Amino acid sequence: METVIFLTFILVLSIFLGCELISKVPSTLHTPLMSGSNAISGITIVGALIAAGTGNNHETIILGILALVFATVNVVGGYLVTDRMLAMFIKKDTKKKQ
Amino acid sequence: MTSLPLLIELCYIFSAVLFISGIKMLSSPMTARRGNLISSIGMLIAIAATLGKSGLHFKFIIIGIVAGTVIGIVTAKTVAMTSMPEMVALLNGSGGIASLLVGWAEFHSKITTHSGPILLAIVLTVTIGGITFSGSLVAFGKLSEKLPGKPILLPGQNVFNVILAAAIIIIGFMFCFSNSFTAHYQLFISIIIIALALGILGVIPIGGADMPVVISLLNSYSGLAACAAGFVILNKVLIVSGALVGASGIILTSIMCKAMNRSLSNVLFSGFGSGTTKAKNKDSQGDVKPINTNDAFLVLEAASSVVITPGYGMAVAQAQHVVNELGNLLEENGCEVRYAIHPVAGRMPGHMNVLLAEANVSYDLLAEPDDVNPVMESIDVCIVIGANDVVNPSARDDTSSPIYGMPIINVDKAKTVFVLKRSMASGFAGIENPLFFGENTRMLFGDAKASVSALAAKFKG
Repeated sequence: METVIFLTFILVLSIFLGCELISKVPSTLHTPLMSGSNAISGITIVGALIAAGTGNNHETIILGILALVFATVNVVGGYLVTDRMLAMFIKKDTKKKQ
Repeated sequence: MTSLPLLIELCYIFSAVLFISGIKMLSSPMTARRGNLISSIGMLIAIAATLGKSGLHFKFIIIGIVAGTVIGIVTAKTVAMTSMPEMVALLNGSGGIASLLVGWAEFHSKITTHSGPILLAIVLTVTIGGITFSGSLVAFGKLSEKLPGKPILLPGQNVFNVILAAAIIIIGFMFCFSNSFTAHYQLFISIIIIALALGILGVIPIGGADMPVVISLLNSYSGLAACAAGFVILNKVLIVSGALVGASGIILTSIMCKAMNRSLSNVLFSGFGSGTTKAKNKDSQGDVKPINTNDAFLVLEAASSVVITPGYGMAVAQAQHVVNELGNLLEENGCEVRYAIHPVAGRMPGHMNVLLAEANVSYDLLAEPDDVNPVMESIDVCIVIGANDVVNPSARDDTSSPIYGMPIINVDKAKTVFVLKRSMASGFAGIENPLFFGENTRMLFGDAKASVSALAAKFKG
């Protein structure tokens, strides 16, 4: 129970931190923000790794591998597509020099 | 407490720091790309630290990671910028189902030994994950036009959804206190099924133009699902990162709702735009004044300030590149060009910005409604490309209009307005737009891309 309280404490602080951080992102970057933060939500990959790697029966391992595939798609796809988008946001002056 | 070795715990803290710094650097387009890189390094560290855990079977892990990486790289490299809303929907969905499966695997592996709080976390994980997954698939279907974009509202659907939500709460409660193995599993599976149904039924009644809200909300859910999964496996980095994403999605959702002057519940439950709202603009009658590209060119050539207002129509016509070309030609002609972008223009937050960035429009030319509205009266020409409701003056003047109160871009106050439009069909919300009948409005009918390239061709001589 104490663990749960401790984790909830972390949760609450993180939400406040998230609100502070996100409200500073300009509207121009809202799409990359979404895909980038979506890639971060792929952190569930940690749980998938543990499930796929330590499963003690077939069902757990299969569920774990499936979770791992989806989480990896989420992480890899999310970061790459965000990078592709952000690479396009350039200032005109620097573009002309190139 | 978890019995992870100290080093792994320290790595998790470090990756949380990198996620936070990464998001912080998104506050400017100058640093955003590096921020994304830093955030991805944080993810890599979290993965590496987890792999350092003793007693893992790498065989299964490699299968999963290789398959996921290949799919991820191929889709991310090949997706067209105009399909970005669908891509984001799919990524949300895969995050949701991943969390659901993590919750399921954890439930299955220690089925008899879970304590109350963990069971509650499992219920939350599979519920939120399931809703995110099926909801995102429906959103994907609507955005890619595999499903009809119009809202589908069945009679009694809201009541039915409430019953489903109540059922999840009751079954979840029973699940937490059940101690028979078979009953436990039956309850668990029914929670998953109901959650999936809720996701589908929740998104089906929402129309295409409200998708920015839905995508933001699902984005938030995918974070919350990861966060709940963190409570299942008692892992702090999942909780911190999930909460960051959850907060991000919620803030975007509220920005989108404010930009439409509607409450979240109105967006989610009203079936807005299903054709039940009838426009009753008596004074908007007047003559539509068409213009051809020749005359439009002459006006633009003489203009010293132009504001371009894009909408979903620009994305449909894939006109962003020719729009940039026209913008550059206007600038060479000594004209000041800006792009006014409404927060809900397009199908997701920032949709227009990404398309214009793809076409090499400098990001400092992209303006928000509040930047251009005060100076609108001094603007010579405003070019509206495929936007409708976000430039509808009845949102400002007509109290009987369904979109009354929605903040708009006041293009009608510019000296001249060109509206590029395929036909006189009304916008998504089925509301007549008095802008089209305005004294200073000229309609340039035809495909947006064709019209803009015709104008650009005239500038080039």
